[in-house]
Amino acid sequence: MSEIKNFLYLNRRAPYGTIYAWESLEVVLIGAAFDQKVSLLFADDGVYQLVKGQDTPGIQMKNFSATYRTLGDYGVRYMYVDRKSLQDRGLTEDDLMQVAWEDMESDDAVDNIVEVIDSAKAAEVLAGADVVFSF
Amino acid sequence: MKLAIQINEGPYQHQASDTAYHFTKAALEKGHEVFRVFFYHDGVYNSSRLTTPPQDDRNIVNRWAELAAKYNLDMVVCVAAAQRRGIVDEGEAKRNGKDATNIHPNFRISGLGQLIEAAIQSERLVVFGD
Amino acid sequence: MSDLHTVNKSPLEKNALDSCLRFATAGSSILLIEDGVYAAVKGTAVEGAIRGALGKHKVYALGPDLKARGMKDDRVIDGVKLVDYAGFVDLVETHGKVQAWL
Repeated sequence: MSEIKNFLYLNRRAPYGTIYAWESLEVVLIGAAFDQKVSLLFADDGVYQLVKGQDTPGIQMKNFSATYRTLGDYGVRYMYVDRKSLQDRGLTEDDLMQVAWEDMESDDAVDNIVEVIDSAKAAEVLAGADVVFSF
Repeated sequence: MKLAIQINEGPYQHQASDTAYHFTKAALEKGHEVFRVFFYHDGVYNSSRLTTPPQDDRNIVNRWAELAAKYNLDMVVCVAAAQRRGIVDEGEAKRNGKDATNIHPNFRISGLGQLIEAAIQSERLVVFGD
Repeated sequence: MSDLHTVNKSPLEKNALDSCLRFATAGSSILLIEDGVYAAVKGTAVEGAIRGALGKHKVYALGPDLKARGMKDDRVIDGVKLVDYAGFVDLVETHGKVQAWL
């Protein structure tokens, strides 16, 4: 019998300039098979990972942004975005993609699990996790 | 305490592998258990048996290998990260048509599930990166 | 048990320390390691932030990293405690989990 832990993936880096954003997503996808409670927190440049309209043929790198939209199917219920990080970057919630979630058993559904939160709430989310993955 | 260690960077380029090594060694010497050391991102490069660092400096790969041998450590290199960066064992060479291997025998290549499992089974995950 | 935050980058190179301080709950501890130890030194632009942090957190720095960088103990901000790798291990043990600010 394995206990269920509260996993928090801390994403603080922009996509494409380094591989951390993509390779951290790969952990989330594989992690789905382990049935833990999973949340993601996007802070600092990590908020750029969720920006809509990524268009990569010009740099010939794989556009992995569509993967975020599938995270609801991979056991992710919460995708938190730090408000101050958005503001510091001239971004608003409108710049971010929406991610739908549905509970297969209860038919509970949420149109968009991307939630902009303030520092205090982010601190709570981090403190409440059992494990924090950093990339 | 039961520990899981994650190392995100390769040898020499960043201090991450060094700090992780000294931390892990100190933990083992205090009698703690290290469930797994998981190498991700460029951390997979810590497993190359082909490094030739200068004689007057520490040998990061060998140091990890010796620690692993002494304490029977499970040192796992992520397969996806390894494939991307050209860290190859016999199995990978056959599967992917490569004409050589370069992994040090004290490391093993496996999936990201090993990191998740380590995080579940251990009491603490400590991440070393850039 | 409260958490242990590790910060390994220099406070003037990256914003890891800033973010750590913004998201660390009162009572949690902060351990400066690798280039992060520069934040423990008096006279930097972030000395105020560290002094402020000392009001809410225990702040530690990895001694061997300071020494390696030529930063003698008397240059360390009062209140920041120095630990070695064994001390680092003890900190991990006595805290609930580790949050790494890379």
